[in-house]
Amino acid sequence: MLHALTEPFAQGLMQRALLEVLLLALVGGTLGCWIVLGELSYGAESLAHGMFPGLVLASLAGVPLLLGGAAGILVAALAVALAGQVGRGRIGRDDAVAVAVTTLFGAGALLALSPRTPVGIQGLLFGDVLSTTGADLLAGGALAAVVLLALRAAHWRLLAAGFDRDGARALGVPSLAVDVLLLGLVALAVLVAVQGLGNLLVVAVLVAPAAAARRLTQRLAPMMALAVLLGALAGVGGLYLSYYARVAAGASIAGLLVAAYLLARLGAAASSTRKGRAAAAG
Amino acid sequence: MSALVAASDLAVSYGGGEPALAGVGFDLRPGERIAVLGPNGGGKTTLFRALLGELRPAAGTLRVAGRCASVPQTERSRLDFPVSALDVALMGTIPGRAWWRRPSRADRAAARAALARVDLADRAARTYGELSGGQRQRVLIARALVQDAEVLLLDEPFTGLDATSAARLEALLAELAGEGRGVLIATHDLEQARRWDRVLCVNGRQIAFGVPAATLTHDVLAATYGGAIVTLPPAHAGAPGPQEAILPPHHHHH
Repeated sequence: MLHALTEPFAQGLMQRALLEVLLLALVGGTLGCWIVLGELSYGAESLAHGMFPGLVLASLAGVPLLLGGAAGILVAALAVALAGQVGRGRIGRDDAVAVAVTTLFGAGALLALSPRTPVGIQGLLFGDVLSTTGADLLAGGALAAVVLLALRAAHWRLLAAGFDRDGARALGVPSLAVDVLLLGLVALAVLVAVQGLGNLLVVAVLVAPAAAARRLTQRLAPMMALAVLLGALAGVGGLYLSYYARVAAGASIAGLLVAAYLLARLGAAASSTRKGRAAAAG
Repeated sequence: MSALVAASDLAVSYGGGEPALAGVGFDLRPGERIAVLGPNGGGKTTLFRALLGELRPAAGTLRVAGRCASVPQTERSRLDFPVSALDVALMGTIPGRAWWRRPSRADRAAARAALARVDLADRAARTYGELSGGQRQRVLIARALVQDAEVLLLDEPFTGLDATSAARLEALLAELAGEGRGVLIATHDLEQARRWDRVLCVNGRQIAFGVPAATLTHDVLAATYGGAIVTLPPAHAGAPGPQEAILPPHHHHH
């Protein structure tokens, strides 16, 4: 039994994958709580999908994905901001953003399907956590450290602005600066996570663990701890699944993350029914 | 006794446009409760934002001698947010602290003391959203007290409170004023306004300012609220003469 648990991680490839998923759990769990509380999930998804052409171009040109991803995210953020402005008054903001993001994603797909494209475009869409290199881990670790330090430093201002914007402004907390900071960190986190989980699944690790933890906790610190734990469990479980069941690692992880959220919902619903019954009985 | 706030011919506008509020001249002295009356959109919030330093005077002068803290409506805060009453009170320590620092032991002690001051010491660990409306309002007052504010700006604090909670809040405001603070209370409740020290009536401009008995005349109220005033007959034999009341804003369109 013990052997079955340790055997997959005897290889360097799986050890690096393990470190990568733990890194993703740490960033996704903590930042994810602010994404869920700030209702930024749609923004995170827009950035992740809108950056796709950048990833494809980087892979075509043979430059590091991190660079292409960074450029792609900047373009996506700009497109999203512009779409919000241009569409104002005529179509809904969400619709305008959806059009911009779909356009970008479609452009990326066109590029990806060109005959010149090297194989491995699948890795951009679905990620390839098993091909994580030492350099990937180093870059990912550095970006993750920036995200975590920024979140810790800005904690009280994020809390005040999230709780009530007017009150925060009166306390001298500029809500626009807080929004920009949060979206910047989301962009960084997407950059970290996209290599492991791919363009389509990256949002799962940023949203699902925090959304699950939200159902089961009443304070931010335990919510973050639980989200990190759920993310780590899903990450490790996904690696086992991929090793023993020979299924794609990224998809297994994303599947387990969503399963964790559904279980948390069921658990929270059952607990509130029980509480309700107890209150009715008492 | 010098005034905590003194405004003279004050005008405030957003982004340099037409003033949202003009011709304001009043003073707030320590220990005083002033009701700010006016229709929604009449400039009450604009006045508060100017006092907080968020908006600069477009004309006239505004002198604020004490630190102002705002107590917003509880409905404007997120009830589903995972924060305790103590967390909310601790937000009041943000202005005095570098942004990378966490609340110190002294900050926590100040937040606990403020919660005790509003009679919520035993609720410090409770989730804010699970408290009653009156308790939530008092937590927000504690957040203002943590800032050592000499001037409290309350935005319709009695909205949605039951009679017991309202009486309790009213007593608390009297105590806070008794400690030498100046309290400005935006309200639609004329009965309450009559019990406080002075009233400031605004509707895009200042309509009147003074002690309630002399200020709350029919003409002033008509100018402040437009047509939304009704005159009520005495409630029972021997009750004081006809009373005026303001129709709640959502009745305008009927």
